[in-house]
Amino acid sequence: MTIDMSQFFQVFFDEAEELLAEKEKLLLAVDISSPSDEELNAIFRTAHSIKGGASTFGLTDMSEVTHILESLLDKIRKGEMALTAEHVDAFLGAKDILKMQLDGHKLGTAVDQDAVADVRMLLQSLSQDVVPLAKPPISYVEPVIDHESQNYSYSFTVGLPKLSPEDVAALVAELGLLGEISKADGADGQVVLTLRTNESADDIVAICSFIMDPDDLQISRELITAPASAKAQAQTEEELGYGFFEPLESMFPAENPSLQHAAAGASPAASGTPAAPDKKTLARKEADKSATSQESSTIRVGIEKVDQLINLIGELVITQAMLEQRTNHLDPIQHERLLSSVGQLTRNTRDLQEAVMSIRMMPMDYVFSRFPRMVRDLATKLGKKVELVTYGASTELDKGLIERIVDPLTHLVRNSIDHGIEMPEARAAARKSATGKLSLSAVHQGGNIVIEVSDDGGGLNREKILAKARQSGLAVSDSMSDSEVWLLIFAPGFSTADTVTDVSGRGVGMDVVKRNIAAMGGVVDVRSAKGFGTTIIISLPLTLAILDGMSVKVGEEIYILPLGFVMESLQPAVEDVKEISGKGRVVKVRDEYLPLIPLYEAFDIQPKFAKPSEGIVVIVEVDGKKAALFVDDLVGQQQVVVKNIESNYRKVPGISGATILGDGGVSLILDVAALLRSSR
Amino acid sequence: MHNGVMMAKTILAVDDSGSLRQMVAFSLKAAGYQVIEAVDGQDGLDKARNQVVDLVLTDQNMPRMDGLTLIRSLRALPSYQKVPILMLTTESGDEMKAKGRAAGANGWLVKPFDPQKLTEVVKKVIG
Repeated sequence: MTIDMSQFFQVFFDEAEELLAEKEKLLLAVDISSPSDEELNAIFRTAHSIKGGASTFGLTDMSEVTHILESLLDKIRKGEMALTAEHVDAFLGAKDILKMQLDGHKLGTAVDQDAVADVRMLLQSLSQDVVPLAKPPISYVEPVIDHESQNYSYSFTVGLPKLSPEDVAALVAELGLLGEISKADGADGQVVLTLRTNESADDIVAICSFIMDPDDLQISRELITAPASAKAQAQTEEELGYGFFEPLESMFPAENPSLQHAAAGASPAASGTPAAPDKKTLARKEADKSATSQESSTIRVGIEKVDQLINLIGELVITQAMLEQRTNHLDPIQHERLLSSVGQLTRNTRDLQEAVMSIRMMPMDYVFSRFPRMVRDLATKLGKKVELVTYGASTELDKGLIERIVDPLTHLVRNSIDHGIEMPEARAAARKSATGKLSLSAVHQGGNIVIEVSDDGGGLNREKILAKARQSGLAVSDSMSDSEVWLLIFAPGFSTADTVTDVSGRGVGMDVVKRNIAAMGGVVDVRSAKGFGTTIIISLPLTLAILDGMSVKVGEEIYILPLGFVMESLQPAVEDVKEISGKGRVVKVRDEYLPLIPLYEAFDIQPKFAKPSEGIVVIVEVDGKKAALFVDDLVGQQQVVVKNIESNYRKVPGISGATILGDGGVSLILDVAALLRSSR
Repeated sequence: MHNGVMMAKTILAVDDSGSLRQMVAFSLKAAGYQVIEAVDGQDGLDKARNQVVDLVLTDQNMPRMDGLTLIRSLRALPSYQKVPILMLTTESGDEMKAKGRAAGANGWLVKPFDPQKLTEVVKKVIG
């Protein structure tokens, strides 16, 4: 029965991917001047494991590369060769090649064979006398083993009568033609010959009788399986690919040893045996079950299943909120037990929600781990020295957000290395260490995760930024505070880089970063000090599915405003509301005039109050722009479960989602950015 | 055979490669054996203590405890004096064979091997 190996490919692909990542991590961390045995062994093992899997599953291109890699690593870990920086570079290059090959198998992407050949040559030249893989990794050849024929041979001991040396020599020569012969001097000067041959004794006697009387011969024979046949056996073993140290029959009784073990433990033989088998099967079944459950501490689950689970929990939370609201007004004394149960349900639901949300949480290390390699390569390319430090790699973030934060973070890291950290000479001149420090950190703060990208470079250049802003036609003044100036870098198309390197400087980066972060419900901030460095601070909600909202009332409808956008709310004085012809109304808030956006107009509802001075105005800020939303009343603040409106109905302009309130009513969540855009 | 009931033999497969373990487990289960997997030497020793198996297949290079150490540790257990142990090895050189033999292994199987070969060897040893 042939088994289709391709079903195991996916597992191997994932495994190889992890091994390659680990290998890179180890290589980047190893101290070339004094590598520890442990580190070298670990690096060796990654190559060894990949090779094993690659050859088992027939991925010859990968096994060829890893073979050379493994031999070289083996020499280094055994101390036969010293680890050098060239080695590390070559190994990292090999890792890239292997990744490319792996992707080729996994995704069908193109593999640059020239690059593969280059890396192989490099590795081979480094290992100098390493012999490349001589035979194909997999040989399914089944050699023909003839059990009938000569696996055995005889050893004849021939005692000769007294003969002349010439006769002895002649005999030796003749007999030597039959097999292996050796001569020894026996007792009282007689010659004893030992002959190993497959021939029979008769042949020997026949030869000897030319020279002497056969009766004078003393022949004894023994069967041997030693050297000669062992050699033959070894050859077939080599071809077979397996072997045993002792002949099988002498190894073990054919019976099940563990059965024997159990039987020995049970009551003496005969009487005990009928009962034993059943007990043993049961015991074994249970042992197997526990063995299987111990086998893996993780399971892979499709993301749709987790999302489905989160969705259902969301429904549960809503139902529980409804229940709470409906029992709110009950007399606590009369309905004590009911209310206490409802309270218990609330607690249980909250715990359940947290636990389910945490399933999708992944440690930031998933993101941070991509950077050491990138930082190293980029710094080398630019001729700079950069040390990357990470804090809080174990801080967790929702999987969906983690994947979306990679691009913005990558851009920020590149910026820091490209524009932030100075060349070693410039740093030395400024009395800084030649090696710049770039730090990535992640920490939980309230319901958010705060990620910082910080460098100790030259800091943002205020004058340059102002100049560029003026050039781009942005309204700036020299009296702007530093923090306001720094925010200018997020303007679309903004870049103060003199030259566009292929790394950064095209000016499409920072505003995209800000937009991406905002789309995730987060905010970006900048801190910088000339000569000291720059820090970019990103704050994200821990998860997209739950939102902190402020509920507002317009007419009969209740809307939810994401709290992240809300600055303050107030009831304006009559004289602070002005009309600008052609542009609508504005509200004076302290020294600013903000555009007034009446929600009843946006959604065509009959409001309770038409005059802002009778209702409430909520000041919101999106992308640095402020506006005043005019509503009838503030209802409250609460955490809501966000329901996707597009998938349940269709895309609605001005609305980013919906939720179900405790009273069972549907409340729409406002898309504040869209409202501001459409009001212009 | 015991009272006419044929019980499946159990094999402990120790290898740090998940894909290889999967392949081994699949092939041997298809041949009617029960398979317990272990991810490294220490895990293998723990599982071996937990339940005495009929055959142990072990890789050499593994984290925490390598194959040779595992074999030695198993042979130190009274219940594993007679249990056949085969090394899964990428080298078939005399040095590895000598080390394996000295540690107490009964034989070896060279990687890479295909499911057929594996099943054939296992059958030879424990039937």
